Amino acid sequence: MLRYLLGRFTSLGLSLLVASLVIFAVIEVIPGDPAAFMLGLNATDETVANLRAELGLDGSVVSRYFDWIGGMLTGDFGTSYTYRVPVAELVVDRMWVSLPLALYALILSTVVAFPLGVIAASMRGTAAEVGIMGLTQLGLAVPNFWFGMLLVLVFAVSLQWVSAGGFAGWDDPWAAIVSLTLPAISLAVPQAAILARVMRSALVETLGQDYIRTARAKGLTRRQAVLRHALRNALIPVLTILALQFSFLLAGSIVIENVFFLPGIGRLLFQGITQRDLIVVESVTMLLVVAVIAITFLADIAYVIADPRLRRR
Amino acid sequence: MIGVEGLSLAIHGTPILRKVSFGIAPGEILGLVGESGSGKSMTALALMGLLPPGAVPEGVAALDGENLLAATEARLCALRGNEIGMIFQEPMTALNPVRTIGDQVAETLRVHGAAGKAEARRIARETLDRVGLSKIGMDRYPHELSGGQRQRVCIAAAVALHPRLLIADEPTTALDVTTQAQILDLLKGLVAEQGMALMLITHDLAVVSGMADRVAVMRAGEVVERGETNAVLRRPSHAYTAKLIEASGHQPDRDALAERAAVLSAEAVVRTYPGARQGLTRGPEVRAVDGVSLTLHRGESLGLVGESGCGKSTLTRALLGLEPVQAGRITLNGGPVGPDMPTDRRAAIQVVFQDPFGSFNPRWRVARLVAEPFHLFGARPADWREQVAGMLEAVGLSRSDMEKFPHEFSGGQRQRIAIARALITRPDVLVLDEAVSALDVSIRAQILDLLADLQGRFGLSYLFISHDLSVVRSVTDRVMVMQAGKIVEEGETERVFTAPAHAYTRSLIAAAPRLELISA
Repeated sequence: MLRYLLGRFTSLGLSLLVASLVIFAVIEVIPGDPAAFMLGLNATDETVANLRAELGLDGSVVSRYFDWIGGMLTGDFGTSYTYRVPVAELVVDRMWVSLPLALYALILSTVVAFPLGVIAASMRGTAAEVGIMGLTQLGLAVPNFWFGMLLVLVFAVSLQWVSAGGFAGWDDPWAAIVSLTLPAISLAVPQAAILARVMRSALVETLGQDYIRTARAKGLTRRQAVLRHALRNALIPVLTILALQFSFLLAGSIVIENVFFLPGIGRLLFQGITQRDLIVVESVTMLLVVAVIAITFLADIAYVIADPRLRRR
Repeated sequence: MIGVEGLSLAIHGTPILRKVSFGIAPGEILGLVGESGSGKSMTALALMGLLPPGAVPEGVAALDGENLLAATEARLCALRGNEIGMIFQEPMTALNPVRTIGDQVAETLRVHGAAGKAEARRIARETLDRVGLSKIGMDRYPHELSGGQRQRVCIAAAVALHPRLLIADEPTTALDVTTQAQILDLLKGLVAEQGMALMLITHDLAVVSGMADRVAVMRAGEVVERGETNAVLRRPSHAYTAKLIEASGHQPDRDALAERAAVLSAEAVVRTYPGARQGLTRGPEVRAVDGVSLTLHRGESLGLVGESGCGKSTLTRALLGLEPVQAGRITLNGGPVGPDMPTDRRAAIQVVFQDPFGSFNPRWRVARLVAEPFHLFGARPADWREQVAGMLEAVGLSRSDMEKFPHEFSGGQRQRIAIARALITRPDVLVLDEAVSALDVSIRAQILDLLADLQGRFGLSYLFISHDLSVVRSVTDRVMVMQAGKIVEEGETERVFTAPAHAYTRSLIAAAPRLELISA
C-alpha cells in the first residue's frame, strides 16, 4: 500500500516536471512579443527593449525557466503584463468562480448519471433501458454551448427566472449559486450522458460475474445483488471517468464561461492568449496541470479504497 | 424430501430438459452425472429459480411438498440460501473480490434476517471453522486465499443457515486432486452431520462412485438411468451409461515401439524467477524448476504429473525453448534448446494445450490455422494445401473442413485441429499440456485413441502433462511426479502407480477418485 502510494507520488512529481518543461517550451516558441504587443504598432525599438527588460524577458532561456519555477514554488506567479497585478491574485479571484462551477456540474452529473446507469443496467431489454440510452445519446450529441444558449433563451429571456449571464459574487451565496446554475447544467449534460453510459456498461459486465450468481443463490434479491455486490465492483471504470471529467470541467469550461460571461479561469486564459499576456497563460496552464495531476492522484487512491486487490501492490 | 417430477424446460422455445424426474431424501447424496450440455446445471438452476431469461419450466420440483417452479420470486428469495444452498464450479470467481470473506458468509444470515450483525459474524466464524478455515481471519479478501480455501468459503456461505438441500455444481472440477479429496470429504461430513440432502453435479463418474448413494445419468436433457450408485455403475442397464463407464477407464491400444535413443533430454535444469519486490529490495528468488533431469526416448510416452504450482508449466516452457534456463542444459535431437535455437529444431517440438480455442485466431480459416507453423521454414511449401488436407484426414477430420472457421467445431474437433497444426511440421516430440482435460469422457477416449494411432504412424514421442492420474496411467510408458519444482519420483508407469515409493506420490494416488467397479 505504502509502496503503491510512493510509486504514484514519484510519477506525480515526474509528470509535473515534464509538464512544466513542455509549457515553458511552447510559450517560448509561439510567435508574438508581448512587449511589442502591449506598446502597439508605433512604439520605437528602444521602448520595446526597455519594456522587455522590465518584464524580465531578456534573460537566458534557462535562467528564465528557473525563475519561473522558483517563483511558482514560492507562490510568486509573476505580474500580469496587461492587468499589472500579480497573477496569483487574478487566479485566486477566478478560482472562486471556476472551482465551484466545476464541482456543481460534477455533482449534478453524478446525481443524474448514477441512478440512470443503474436503472439501465438492471432493466436490460426493457423500454426503460432504451429510453435512457436514447436520452444519453441526445446528451452526447447536443453541443453544450448551444444547450447553454437554449437555457438562457428559455429561463432568462422568456421566463425571466434568472439573469442571462454574469456572476453575482459570493457576498450573497444564494445569488451566486443561482447565477452558476444554468452554466452548471450546460456543463453537466454531456458529462452525465457519458457517465451514465460508462456506469451502465460497467454494471452490465459486473452483473454477469459468477459472484452475482453466488449472491443470488444466498437469497439476495436482484436489487440487493446490484446494490451490495455489483455497484462497488463497477465503480473502478466510473472513477476513472469521473476524474477525467473533473479535470475537464476545471480547464475546459472556457466556452461556457464565455457564453454566460462568467469571470472564471477559462476566460482568464482566453483573455491572456488574445492579449499575449504570456505570464498569465503560462502560470494558469501550469496550475491547471497541477490540478489535473492532483485529481488523478486522488483517483488512484480511490481505486485502492474501492478494490482491496490493489492494496498488495 | 426433494421430488422432481416430469421437469421440462425450454429456452426461447428450444427444449433443454425433457421430463426429468428424481428424488433426494434427507441425508442422502444424489449424483447427477452427464457430459457437457446434458442439462445437469439447468436442472439445478431450475430448482433454484435462477434460470436465464426466456426459460420456461414445466412439471413439478417440490421441496417438502412446495412446488418451487410455481413459487413467487419473493418466496424463492426466502428459500435460497435458507432452505436450498448452492455452490458452483469456479471458486476463483464465485466470491466478490472487494468484500471480506467473513462479510460474505455473514451476509447469508443477515439477508434472511436470521441474526443481528454481531450474532451473524459469530455464526459466520463458527461456520468457517466448521469448513476447516479456523486459521483464516474473517477480514481476509478472496484473492488472499487458494482455490480450495475459496471453495470452503463458498460452502460456508451456502450451509450457514443449515439448508435442507445443498446443490453442488461441479464443486471440485477446478481443483487439484488432493484439494478435491478434502472438499469431497468436507461435503460428505456436512451431509452426515446436518442430515441435509446433497445434489452433486459432476461429469466425473469416479467422483460419484466414491460419494453418491444414488445416481442419475443425464443425456441430452433426459435422465436415461437412475438408481443406487453401485448397482448402476456395476450393471448399467442403459447403453449410454455403459459407454460412459467404458470411456472413463478407456485404455487406448498402443504399439510398444519405444527405442533407447533419447530424442529430448534435460540435465539438472534450473529455472528461477526474481522474488517478490519488498520495498527497494527483492525477496528470495523463486526456484520454479529445481534441478530437473529427464530423458524422452523416441516413440515413448512420458507422463508428468503434479498439482498446480508445482512447476509443470515452467518446465514445459523451458523444454519448448520459450524461456532461458538459469542452469543445466536441454537438448533436442542432440542440439541445445533455448529461445534462440534454429527454427528447424523448434519445428521438431510442438505443443497442444488444454483449450485450443484461445490460440486460434477466430477470423482465420482452418487451412490457414493449420498451415501457420510452416513459417518456421520460411515459406510455405508449394503443396501446402495438400499437406494440410492430408493432416486433417490423419486426425479424423475431412478435407472440406479447411474452409471453415474455428467456431464451427465442437471442443473435441477443435482439439483435433490443434493436433493437426502441431503435427504439420512433422515434429519428433509432441508436448500434450492438459490436452484432454477439458473434454468430456467419451470425446476424451476418442482423442486418446487418435493420439495412440498417430504415435505409431508418425513415430512420435509424447510428453504427457496432466493432473488427471487415471489418464496418465492409461496412456504413458513412464511417469514423473513433480512437487515444488523437483521430480520426486520417476519410473515405469505401472510400477509407480502400484508401488509408489515417495510419500507425495502415495498421497496423490490416494486422493485421486477411482471408479471402483470390482464387485465388493
